[in-house]
Amino acid sequence: MTGTKRLSSLAALSVLLLVVCLASVALGARPIPLGAVWEAIVHPLGTETDIIVRSLRVPRTVLGVLAGFALGAAGALMQGHTRNPLADPGLLGVTQGAAFAVVLAVVVLGVHSLYGFIWFGFAGALVASVVVFVLGAVGGRGATPVTLALAGAAVSALLGGLISAVVLGDERGMETYRFWHVGSIAGRDYAVAGQIAPFLVAGLLLAAVNTPGMNTLALGEDVATALGQRVLRTRILGVCAITLLTGSVVAACGPIAFLGLVVPHLARAITGPDYRWLVPFAALIGAILLLAADVLGRVLTEDSFEVGILLAVLGAPVFVFLVRRKGLAHV
Amino acid sequence: MKRKVFSAGPVAWVIRPRVAGVAIIAAVLLVLVAAVNIGRGSSHIGVLDVLETLLGGGTPREQGIIFDLRLPRTLTGIAVGAALGLAGALFQSIARNPLASPDVLGITWGAGAGAVAAIVLGGYRGQVSGLVGALGVPLAGLLGGLAAGVLLYGLSWRRGIDGYRMVLVGIGISAVGYNIVYWLLTVGDVDDAARATTWIVGNLADVGWESVGPTLLALALLVPVTLICSRTVGGLQFGDDTARGLGIRVDAARGTLLLLAAALAAVATAAAGPITFVALATPQIALRLTRTAQPPLVGSMVLGALLTVGADLAVRLLLPTLPVGVLTAILGAPYLIFLFVRTRREARA
Repeated sequence: MTGTKRLSSLAALSVLLLVVCLASVALGARPIPLGAVWEAIVHPLGTETDIIVRSLRVPRTVLGVLAGFALGAAGALMQGHTRNPLADPGLLGVTQGAAFAVVLAVVVLGVHSLYGFIWFGFAGALVASVVVFVLGAVGGRGATPVTLALAGAAVSALLGGLISAVVLGDERGMETYRFWHVGSIAGRDYAVAGQIAPFLVAGLLLAAVNTPGMNTLALGEDVATALGQRVLRTRILGVCAITLLTGSVVAACGPIAFLGLVVPHLARAITGPDYRWLVPFAALIGAILLLAADVLGRVLTEDSFEVGILLAVLGAPVFVFLVRRKGLAHV
Repeated sequence: MKRKVFSAGPVAWVIRPRVAGVAIIAAVLLVLVAAVNIGRGSSHIGVLDVLETLLGGGTPREQGIIFDLRLPRTLTGIAVGAALGLAGALFQSIARNPLASPDVLGITWGAGAGAVAAIVLGGYRGQVSGLVGALGVPLAGLLGGLAAGVLLYGLSWRRGIDGYRMVLVGIGISAVGYNIVYWLLTVGDVDDAARATTWIVGNLADVGWESVGPTLLALALLVPVTLICSRTVGGLQFGDDTARGLGIRVDAARGTLLLLAAALAAVATAAAGPITFVALATPQIALRLTRTAQPPLVGSMVLGALLTVGADLAVRLLLPTLPVGVLTAILGAPYLIFLFVRTRREARA
């Protein structure tokens, strides 16, 4: 893969992201022409269109781009660190961990501001990812696709049970929970995007710092150590990045699965195995896919199909396809 | 080793005393636990009185309480547990993998999606409107579970069945079913949140007579058929080539068993929602108690019923506000993790 081709793909993807952003602002239950969108952003007059654009569509789009960046990059990091093509923050129970901690904070401790419970989201994501990594690696030979996916399923199941136990305690908690749990970027104002932005930027920076180490790590831990890499430090950096990215998205949007699974495979097809390119491409493609899915849900089903659901329904076939590829389903 | 054989006309069974003994002891325990469970409630009834009433005696007041109010819950628990135990034993035998169970393989969530779709999209709001109302939801659950079973078999078949591929494909199917259930719960006006939760965690508390009938009817059809068809299970455990050598039409036999197991799990889910891990744990417990090569089918049924009613009783004693599915999930998941760590160790040794 030559540098020029990478750069031209990068430019093409950026244009695509811009197009999807425009579509996300313009399309919906009431389509708004682009000219009117521009007017609403530059010279707001307080009309109904202005309100729709400024307080609904734009925040939604911004949050979608941020969440897509985060989940795409987190998926690429997870697949790199576990050397596992089936890794995804949702499938491996990391989002469920964050979800459990957030639910605990909201229902039991009565925390209601995003700033309050985002920390719980981080803690939950951190604990769950460490547990899954350790479980997948028990026995010495390192984690394989099957063991990690199963460890993730087991941890998710446990956390799901615990979440139900907490939520079912009060009726109001359940009402909020069943809407929050589907994963959506709708109905959040600017403040939400603003609050998670610093954490996402930190996570993306950590991810960027982490990428050269991941290239070495891809050769296996022993080779990486022999090449002078401090493996543990690279791993810790990776887990921190994944935690920040996943935890903040879950706190803001609810659990969104499968995006992190699909995106790195698409990115790898363009960039090849070099993580210094793979991670940024995955972030970009993540944002495009998430927004496209959101717009699709809005246009086709009048916004009754939340983006988290749509991504799971579209992403699961990709997962099954990957599983059916040769040599993956072995312990 | 000399075995006792029971034969009747063209069919014959080997009688294994230990297998039969486990099933009988479990059945006796089941009757006791069920009696305790029936006796509990706002007015307490002693175990002996419950048993007496069930056998036809008792005061009219006790009869009224037990037959009108309390029996559906325990009866559904028994039926659901038996179906899950049998389904789990079949799945684990077919996949030759102790991790295979309808919860992990996506059957439970397929059935859940079918049942919730019937409720939400069919405008069925919890009031029972005649036979159609009572049959519609279990039937939709059955169809959802069967669809998941067909998908599972079709997608994991690749020149034969590999246990781990089946489990991974199942995780994918689970994710779709699970998300469909959540989506349906947000679009539909399932206005009563507590009712909605039944489809997220299994619950026996709100079961009434109107849903017991269809469940028992479905099981009365499915269980005998399954037990008759299960005669190929013993041969399938040796692997495809040996099974073919023994004269079993492998794909047909396995496909039939898989669909029957999916149907059983689906009926259970449609009756009480996803009560997870009963189907996972029961066959392995039965296997250890009977010391057979494969999970015993009848033993798994009785133990499954015992486990479900026992869990229901435990949750009523310890955490009265929660549904039984919460307890089985919290107890079962660590067991799944343990099982998975152990099979990995064994695979390496």
